[in-house]
Amino acid sequence: MSKIIDGLYYTESHEYVKVDGDYGYVGITDYAQKELGNVVYVDMPDVDDEVAAGEEFGAVESVKAASDLNSPVSGTVVEVNEALEDDPGLVNKDAYGSWIMKVQMSDKSELDNLMDAAAYKAFIGE
Amino acid sequence: MAENKKTCLYDKHVALGALMSPFGGFDMPIQYAGIIEEHNAVRNHVGVFDVSHMGESRITGPDAEKYVNHIFTNNVWDAPTGKIFYGMMLYPDGGTVDDLLVYKLGENDYFLVYNAANIDKDVAWIDEQSTGYDVKLDHQSDYYGQLAVQGPEAEKTLKEVLGIDGSDLTFYTHKELEHDGETIIVSRTGYTGEDGFEIYASHKVIVEMWDKLMAAGVQPCGLGCRDTLRFEAGLPLYGDELSKDISPITATLGMFVKLDKQGGFIGRDACAKQKAEGSPKKLVGLELHDRAIPRHGYDVLDADDNVVGYVTTGYHSITLDKSLAFALVDRPVGTLGNELKVKIRKKVFPATVVKKRFYQAKYKK
Repeated sequence: MSKIIDGLYYTESHEYVKVDGDYGYVGITDYAQKELGNVVYVDMPDVDDEVAAGEEFGAVESVKAASDLNSPVSGTVVEVNEALEDDPGLVNKDAYGSWIMKVQMSDKSELDNLMDAAAYKAFIGE
Repeated sequence: MAENKKTCLYDKHVALGALMSPFGGFDMPIQYAGIIEEHNAVRNHVGVFDVSHMGESRITGPDAEKYVNHIFTNNVWDAPTGKIFYGMMLYPDGGTVDDLLVYKLGENDYFLVYNAANIDKDVAWIDEQSTGYDVKLDHQSDYYGQLAVQGPEAEKTLKEVLGIDGSDLTFYTHKELEHDGETIIVSRTGYTGEDGFEIYASHKVIVEMWDKLMAAGVQPCGLGCRDTLRFEAGLPLYGDELSKDISPITATLGMFVKLDKQGGFIGRDACAKQKAEGSPKKLVGLELHDRAIPRHGYDVLDADDNVVGYVTTGYHSITLDKSLAFALVDRPVGTLGNELKVKIRKKVFPATVVKKRFYQAKYKK
């Protein structure tokens, strides 16, 4: 069983966003890290990059393959998780603690387009 | 599309919870515990691979030595029984039909081992070229299962778990053994850059051996780490580094192409020409100075951002903790130490041309 946390918002491409005021912490779900296997590289955006909901902002790579990351929300990147540069495997150890980017959201109503924990649980069939 | 074939160990893989995926027309295990764990087991201890998907043919008859030399780039004339050769079968234009091993089982008696994905093509090729040669061609892919026991503890594992003494074999030699009422082939070979053995036997014997290895706690290893291991050791994979469009000269495997051997071989003149004139492309190693990972098909650029080639295989090396690649590039930019770039998604990363043997293999010579 994959871990799913109440109160987060989820995408069909298995990213989550954890909302803190006007900011959102974006990462990949526990289900996604299991499907990927050992994460060996996270291609993160730069601070001040503009990201758009549904659009690619980076990639997370296992030994075998690269998977694009799609942003759940639009806004400006204010921070990236530098710990992942040295230890990308943190994503496997704690997917929800290992957020990838912190976004200052430009349109919080976009959150309404995302799944809640119950809907995501149904989506991955668990 | 036809259903994929299954090896004799398919049910074992499924029971072990392996991630299965199609490869070379077979449903094969990609990983069990995880690619990194399996990779490290082989580098540091021992691991076992089901490589029963590989193809085998036996060539016998009065013209067998002459015929094998005709279709194979390496020199098997007057070889001692027990020796194994790596080389290629080529088209007349120098393009590669397949890369393979040739075992000399005896006088005019050879055992060929080739890639699963190419079985149908290779069988047809071997049959077609034999016109006019007095040989018997026995294609045995459906009979043989194959295990690869790889790693520094392989010899000990073979002895203690399977009761097979491999201590008398040096790298690239083999012997035939009577085992459980049948003749099996044991060779000191592999595709990992480590010491190791490969065993060819009936499905029944292979399944029994697999069960013993599992009971002894030997790490089962999938094709995922087979690829990361062979890559670090600088070994090519047909389809990536060799193909009908990539000759062994282009792939810088000329040491396995014996241009001057007696009687020549199919593709000899094309290779001689490429060697004399310099093939337009060349396979090189690349080392990136960033953790970003070059993947198959990514563009390689020169200093002026012109596309000068592409990545054939790339990984963040598990053993060396570096991002490395094989790349097929225009010959003039492929000199050691040259600075190139790899385009990875939207960004461009500097890369230095380095030797392809990233990892120093540890064979028992």
